[in-house]
Amino acid sequence: MIPLSAYVFVSAVLFMTGLMGVLIRRNFIIVLMSVEIMLNAANINLVAFSHYLDSMAGQLAALFIIAIAAGEAAVGLAIIIVVFRGKMATNVDEINILKW
Amino acid sequence: MMWLLFGYFATVSIVAGVLTVSLRNAVHCSLALLTLLLHMAGLFVLLNSEFLAMVQIIVYAGAILILYLFVLMLLSLKTEEQHLHKKYAFMVFGGMFVFVELLIFLLQSPFGGKKGEATPEVILNTDHSHAIGITMFSDYILLFEIVGIFLLGAIIGAIVLAKTPTKPDNPDSTQTAIS
Repeated sequence: MIPLSAYVFVSAVLFMTGLMGVLIRRNFIIVLMSVEIMLNAANINLVAFSHYLDSMAGQLAALFIIAIAAGEAAVGLAIIIVVFRGKMATNVDEINILKW
Repeated sequence: MMWLLFGYFATVSIVAGVLTVSLRNAVHCSLALLTLLLHMAGLFVLLNSEFLAMVQIIVYAGAILILYLFVLMLLSLKTEEQHLHKKYAFMVFGGMFVFVELLIFLLQSPFGGKKGEATPEVILNTDHSHAIGITMFSDYILLFEIVGIFLLGAIIGAIVLAKTPTKPDNPDSTQTAIS
């Protein structure tokens, strides 16, 4: 029987990978992909706790997270297309009109 | 056997995650993300949630990832010389600090809690998707409706954002739209 902490450890490592991706990558699309990695890490956590505590609530939350991720991907990619059309850039450090 | 499968799925997911954030070419990154999502579906099967594994494969790997690949090919990005942030060493150091803190907190946690009613025997009596459906449409019906409205808003927002803007040298279309 695999302990719950093993799943939580995998989830923590994946979450940190996604956070690193958000912090260090310059491409906006890869930043969105890293956000997906972080959402998936949270999903593993929810499903593991739902399995080990004999409850259905975690799986429902994971299902809703998948739906939210789909909406986030659609709107984020639409924003990327708009920015690319105006500025021909997808690097997050070149998109700085709102900065000052 | 469980440990072998768990080790395989966990190792491949972590390696694919690291590849996703570190590969240079964006298409390779999205293929690594695909590997990550498929192996995560395997982890869900190990956790007795087959319905969620199928949803993961269909929605994540089938729809969201295709959307990413579609936008990547629409924009046809060049592979860049410098794909990481300028101060990435600093960021990695800060991230490792947060990770160590997270591990310390996790090691202190008892991982306990109140047990629910959905034991594996109860789920096996009906089946898994049936049990999820009953829970979703009784206890979580409000959340379900809210997610529906959210998805409608996301669809409308994406269409409005990505629509080709009307040409300024053709004022008739905007005036007819206003009047």
